[in-house]
Amino acid sequence: MSGAIKTDAADETREKTLDPETLSRLDEVLGEYRSKPGALIPVLQIAQGMIGYLPEVVLKRISVGLGKPYSEVAGVVGFYSFFTTMPRGTHLVRVCLGTACYVRGGKQVLDALKDELGIDVGETTPDGEFSLEVGRCFGACGLAPTIMIDDDVLQRVKPSRIRGILDVYRENDKGE
Amino acid sequence: MPKVTIDNRTVDIPEGTTILEAARLAGVSIPTLCYLEGVQTMGACRVCLVEIEGAKNLVASCVTPVSDGMKVNTKSRRVRNARRTVVELLLSDHEGDCRTCDRSGSCELQSLAEDLGIREIHHQGEKHAAVTDYTTPALVRDTGKCILCRRCVSVCNEIQGVGALFPQDRGFDTVVGPAFSKSLDEVVCVQCGQCSAVCPVGAISEKDEVQEVWGVLDDPEKFVVVQTAPAIRAALGECFGYPPGTLVTGKMVRALRLLGFDRVFDTEFAADLTIMEEGTELLVRLKKALVEKEEVALPQFTSCCPAWIKYVEHFHPELLANISSCKSPQQMFGAVTKTYFADQIGKRPEDITVVSIMPCTAKKYENKRPEMYDSSVQDVDIVLTTRELGRLIKESGIDFTLLDEDVMDDPLGRCSTGAADVFANTGGVMEAALRTAYEIVTGEPLPFDGLHIEPIAGLDGVKEAEVRITKTVPEWAFLKGKTLKVAVAHGLANAKRVIRKIQSGESRYHFVEVMACPGGCIGGGGQPRFTTNEIRKKRIDAIYKEDEKKTLRKSHENPEVIRLYEEFLGEPLGERSHHLLHTSYDARSRV
Repeated sequence: MSGAIKTDAADETREKTLDPETLSRLDEVLGEYRSKPGALIPVLQIAQGMIGYLPEVVLKRISVGLGKPYSEVAGVVGFYSFFTTMPRGTHLVRVCLGTACYVRGGKQVLDALKDELGIDVGETTPDGEFSLEVGRCFGACGLAPTIMIDDDVLQRVKPSRIRGILDVYRENDKGE
Repeated sequence: MPKVTIDNRTVDIPEGTTILEAARLAGVSIPTLCYLEGVQTMGACRVCLVEIEGAKNLVASCVTPVSDGMKVNTKSRRVRNARRTVVELLLSDHEGDCRTCDRSGSCELQSLAEDLGIREIHHQGEKHAAVTDYTTPALVRDTGKCILCRRCVSVCNEIQGVGALFPQDRGFDTVVGPAFSKSLDEVVCVQCGQCSAVCPVGAISEKDEVQEVWGVLDDPEKFVVVQTAPAIRAALGECFGYPPGTLVTGKMVRALRLLGFDRVFDTEFAADLTIMEEGTELLVRLKKALVEKEEVALPQFTSCCPAWIKYVEHFHPELLANISSCKSPQQMFGAVTKTYFADQIGKRPEDITVVSIMPCTAKKYENKRPEMYDSSVQDVDIVLTTRELGRLIKESGIDFTLLDEDVMDDPLGRCSTGAADVFANTGGVMEAALRTAYEIVTGEPLPFDGLHIEPIAGLDGVKEAEVRITKTVPEWAFLKGKTLKVAVAHGLANAKRVIRKIQSGESRYHFVEVMACPGGCIGGGGQPRFTTNEIRKKRIDAIYKEDEKKTLRKSHENPEVIRLYEEFLGEPLGERSHHLLHTSYDARSRV
């Protein structure tokens, strides 16, 4: 897993397509936080909230804007699993692999999700609908194993129920 | 003052001292692999664990302050077992072969394992994937050997203000390196090599070019000229067991001759030449500003240090006009050797190979810059660090300690001045420049005891001095009554402090010297390891001694430099100088 974090390879083209309005909003945020101590993490959170993920062009802008070395910005992004440098799908599925969930079958739930979605952890389905991540405790250990889809916490999940759970989201998306 | 008992020795220790420092004061040695005096105390390596009476857990002594009545045991059975486990765990994930590692014999991990008598590693588990980065001209990084002590991170961020390296990812996956596993040539790295100077193991080293030098020495068709930087003579001895601060100039020359170099020359010749050009450049800028009332970039910054130049290109491109257009002495030497000297011996530039011995890793990058081909071919062909010269001599079988003294060759070696010697020290280029500039302007020697400008000597990070000009020769009358203000910074973070003072309007200077490495070139990234402030001071004193024993101590008195101008260059800043000795630089990306 060493050195597993990569920036989006298509970043060069994205730089041109990231809309000017987003960039100017980012610059406003940078201006506001520039002189504040401990600004890096809040700025990264805001940027990810705005764009959905943290592409290289944005991270470099943050590095220059806050006067922080790019290596440090990358180090912080890599340290916290909340941050992502890859675009995510419409829905983010996170599987808890904390101790309680793990011993009660979290790993099997994860395997079922990988099979159903045809992707590995950290990847997004080709249709852009689901991204898969792992988490470390969502605070519902008594009802393990748990997964989160977007902001919904689902409890006592069984591998056999995975397809049914995902279908609800698929149907909703079709309806929209 | 708190009373502390360390291994049954009770001592008074100043408040706020850490247990590790207190132990050293008490004469007790606690091993550590991550501590870096004055730079880093973070308890990363866990080797310095000690037991405090009454405390449940062992503590890292480098980050735990002493308190009154504290009883510390640094070698109880519990401590010894824990320390051994820590070192065994480090070794279990240390992917390197001591038999072929360039740090074998100077590796702190190897030496600690030896001290602890470790003969078996009880923990076998997963190992990091090792990645070796050969992308830059100066440095090689091997993540397999890295023990994550973070010394390089602290030096690169805190001392140099560059931040090329930082821990990436987390937990077992942690890798110290550039952002997103990029290679070093894709990120902002100034090639200063201070990371390689503090690395306790073989994870960062200079790119070894010893075999390339053997290649040209073995080739009878090649005419090979060697130049040695001033800082080498005060440090090379350390590779052969001499105490720090031993001057080995004569033995070094003898060794180079025995190795087969066709001429043994001195970068100091080019240092004297640099002063002629750079001093004149400063006076011309002052004249333009004061007499002709032109817009001129002031202060002028020195340009001898390639890491500093690259730093400005990345972080302060707005100052590029302030940087002296003079090439560094290494590059002036190459350009002069392959033109002026080549003419003298009836050879073409491409027939001569120039090898440099430098205290510096960034010089390995500088000689390959596209600006450095003014003789029509690459002006300097191969650069070795002090450490590599030590290895070259050892491989040749020469017993350095038994060598006689020898002197360098004419015309580019024998006549260097004391001013060129002090180029090795922080404050030295400024002192050398002022020795000449002051005398040109006033007709009198610089009014400082022993020609040493005390306020800009020594190891303070930022130093300032003022030189008042009370009388002048007629040509420079416009400087009469003026006070020349100068500043000196070493360590690029200190340079950044000076830049901030200038840009905020807090300070006004005419001339600023910057050397990237703490202590100047004597503390360069290519010098024998391990360099502490104590060792820096010893090397600095040795250099001043070398300066003081010279008959000629001002660059403009160097007879070979005078001859070079008479026979070849014309005058400082003249057309030929402009072509061969000066250059300009371009802005680079900041991330």
